[in-house]
Amino acid sequence: MAGKNLNLTLKIWRQNGPAAKGQMKEYKVSDISTEMSFLEMLDVLNERLVREGEDPIAFDHDCREGICGMCSLMINGLAHGPSRRTTTCQLHMRSFNDGDTIYIEPWRAKAFPVIKDLVVDRSAFDHIMHAGGYISVNTGNAQDANEMPISTQVADHAMDAAECIGCGACVASCKNASAMLFVSAKVAHLGHLPQGQPERMLRVQRMVRTMDEAGFGNCTNTGACEVQCPKGISIKNIAKMNADYLRASLISEVKG
Amino acid sequence: MKLDSKVPAGPLAEKWDKHKFDLKLVNPSNKRKYHILVVGTGLAGASAAASLAELGYQVTTFNFQDSPRRAHSIAAQGGINAAKNYQNDGDSVYRLFYDTIKGGDYRGREANTYRLAQVSVNIIDQAVAQGVPFAREYGGYLANRSFGGAQVSRTFYARGQTGQQLLLGAYGALNRQIGLGNVNSLNRREILDVVLVDGKARGLIVKNLITGEMERYAGDAVLMCTGGYGNVYFLSTNAMNSNVTAAWRAHRRGAAFANPCYVQIHPTCIPVHGDYQSKLTLMSESLRNDGRVWVPRSQEMAEKLRSGQVKSKDIAEKDRYYYLEERYPSFGNLVPRDVASRNAKMVCDDGLSVIPDGEAVFLDFRDAIERLGKDVIESRYGNLFEMYQRITDEDPYSMPMKIFPAVHYTMGGLWVDYHLMTTIPGLYALGEANFSDHGANRLGASALMQGLADGYFVIPFTIGNYLADLGMKNKVTTDHEAFDKTEADVRAFNQRLLSVKGTRTVDDFHRELGKIIWNYCGMSRNKEGLEKAIGEIHKLREEFWKDVLVPGKEDEFNLELQKAWRVADYFELGETMVRDALQRNESCGCHLREEYQTEDNEAKRNDDDYAYVAAWEYKGEGQAPVMHKENLEFEFVELKTRSYK
Ligand SMILES: Cc1cc2nc3c(=O)[nH]c(=O)nc-3n(C[C@H](O)[C@H](O)[C@H](O)COP(=O)(O)OP(=O)(O)OC[C@H]3O[C@@H](n4cnc5c(N)ncnc54)[C@H](O)[C@@H]3O)c2cc1C
Ligand code: FES
Repeated sequence: MAGKNLNLTLKIWRQNGPAAKGQMKEYKVSDISTEMSFLEMLDVLNERLVREGEDPIAFDHDCREGICGMCSLMINGLAHGPSRRTTTCQLHMRSFNDGDTIYIEPWRAKAFPVIKDLVVDRSAFDHIMHAGGYISVNTGNAQDANEMPISTQVADHAMDAAECIGCGACVASCKNASAMLFVSAKVAHLGHLPQGQPERMLRVQRMVRTMDEAGFGNCTNTGACEVQCPKGISIKNIAKMNADYLRASLISEVKG
Repeated sequence: MKLDSKVPAGPLAEKWDKHKFDLKLVNPSNKRKYHILVVGTGLAGASAAASLAELGYQVTTFNFQDSPRRAHSIAAQGGINAAKNYQNDGDSVYRLFYDTIKGGDYRGREANTYRLAQVSVNIIDQAVAQGVPFAREYGGYLANRSFGGAQVSRTFYARGQTGQQLLLGAYGALNRQIGLGNVNSLNRREILDVVLVDGKARGLIVKNLITGEMERYAGDAVLMCTGGYGNVYFLSTNAMNSNVTAAWRAHRRGAAFANPCYVQIHPTCIPVHGDYQSKLTLMSESLRNDGRVWVPRSQEMAEKLRSGQVKSKDIAEKDRYYYLEERYPSFGNLVPRDVASRNAKMVCDDGLSVIPDGEAVFLDFRDAIERLGKDVIESRYGNLFEMYQRITDEDPYSMPMKIFPAVHYTMGGLWVDYHLMTTIPGLYALGEANFSDHGANRLGASALMQGLADGYFVIPFTIGNYLADLGMKNKVTTDHEAFDKTEADVRAFNQRLLSVKGTRTVDDFHRELGKIIWNYCGMSRNKEGLEKAIGEIHKLREEFWKDVLVPGKEDEFNLELQKAWRVADYFELGETMVRDALQRNESCGCHLREEYQTEDNEAKRNDDDYAYVAAWEYKGEGQAPVMHKENLEFEFVELKTRSYK
């Protein structure tokens, strides 16, 4: 486990505010232990910047355990960096070599405007959820939890989709900045479960409409989202959502 | 300061039902005339906000992340308890209550704890109805696992992401209410003060973290659902931004802070590895279901292991010291957390640590893999093993995990009565932010339960009682002079931080403060050390206010300023923690005073003198806080020496 130390060149996106013009700025860091996490490396740089009287680099993070979805960062052009199924906060410096130059940029998408430096505004994701990412059940309405047996297979499928952390890597990796993987994960999670059936059609219609309004792009099935997703959310969810959406449209046309 | 617990009279099992009937109600059509400010959208805050909005109240929520879904609750791994008795193994509401009271070493309030056990069953029902994909058996029924401190299997889980799934359930319920226009959800906001009018909580001074502007919100009641204060130690398993500021500012305005020294140190975390380290990572307690904890039996063997002369797998059975199994045969590896942590520290103090330049013990899955096969272990703990490997670069399928205790959860918090109201009328505290139902030690899988119990099933009933008395006509607006005054105080405080312009970073001070508290008020404490700690904290605080370097301005996006006000509050909290530990001349639960232990190093309680909640009153900056006592009456359980032997 014994680590080595690295000397690195960092090229980091600096942008003072949503309206300001941004640019890449170069920083050298030395003696970075390979045991450090990527964000700890940025912490070290930031402490130095503060001491030198420079504005520290703004980036989002919280749990540092790969579960809250707060951290982001395009690292050398890849959402959450080079390791598969790993969030930026779980990425360790042992994935890099001495002398490397590392490019660090924010998520880039029209629907995710930059707030400052590497921090972007992901509220569009919340808005999609407000439109339908739930089962309508008031507190106290529920029946006994074991009244409704659910096969392990169904529960597993639902859980696979429910693991999405809402970080936005899918949008950032997609050349169209599409949010289909994110939306489909919720549609599939609830759509798999018997509890989710009553609102299934309504849900998909509302969520897709809000997604379109928020300015996300279309899905052209390139699959980059699935590759970069730190939770390995499957692109099959998108197919499932498309099927539901089609059905929902047909039903509302018949009714309509 | 008067501490009235408002525990209703009557038999334990009937208190809550009877009380619910006795509480005043707000007419359904009048509920929308009340505005409730909910600070925090973790399990406690999100469940409360959604449930109150469903009832018809107007709700505004605040959180500092960019979405309610990111609250620290999301990180809970292992599970949530409920007295469902689906396993038919003898569980009951009474047993869950009893285990919790006993697990807390008889320093919790009986009536609250019983209510918690009672509503636990409804939580699981609610979560399943929301679509929380709990683990299931092949027959389709819900699966359970065991957690420490219990001999029944009552923990519900969703892989290793139970907190995530429960929070997403509550977030869904909240989203529905946001979509319906009943909740105004404000992200990237930090509460910097509570506004009191006529002694009642009537509003908040809020920092917009993006623009840096100060905002004001007025309401009829305020709920603090702001989580725990474990980050006072700098290193903990909490999310990086978890903090005490909202609760502490409420304390400064008159809310008593109870039992601050009760801090849970979780036994199974990845050990500290370097000075640059920013946080510690928990490995779920559920791992102790199948993992066996051990160290080499002799110092010689430990030394050989540390220097690399032998490998763990080559150490013979007789040279392995399975200290939990040997010392606590009936609970074995599943003893409660405080016991497991203390024992890990003891064996490392005895020179048996398994890593060079540090402290760690083994958590070994070799036998479980042999017995059950790698597939079964992978299906149970796959994602935890993956996380371990990602962080340490070691494969826990082929070598034992190395673990050590770390700060994890705070049982102390804002003092609340049976209604969850603090000593400030109209100010409530829910979830980890209150001093809670866990006494001096919380059992695993009980925090999620408590947060959701408070939010879904307690506050919706108790708040009406207060609002009905307050009345609909009694409104306050943000142009009230109390808002001017409170905002001016907050601005002055921040200005002080910005104007020091010293040489040391905020993190630098935080790290040093954390070390003081960890060394003297961590896993074991003694009088001499605690007294020394007070002096060291004073000295460091003085230096902080003379030499801290906070760059930038007030009215802008300023992460360093945000860290600075949090650390300023930690200085005060840290001192109160130490004073609390110092006055408690006994050992109980997580609070081990070295002077008070049995011959075999078990905690020695003193029920005659210390069966009380210590609730601290703030007396002003630089002044010593004053302690008040709420005596704990045990009507229904007999106080026993806790034994897991
Ligand atoms: C790694 C880990 C694993 C755990 N596993 C388990 C488990 O398996 N089972 C279990 O029962 N418990 C577990 N726990 C404990 C449990 O997760 C927490 O106690 C619980 O989730 C706390 O919930 P909460 O709603 O009280 O607070 P939190 O989830 O911490 O939420 C706090 C909220 O308050 C907001 N907030 C805080 N301060 C401010 C402020 N000043 N201004 C504005 N907003 C503010 C935050 O933005 C956030 O929304 C675990 C804890 C950790 C650290
Ligand atoms: S900081 Fe939470 S996922 Fe990275």
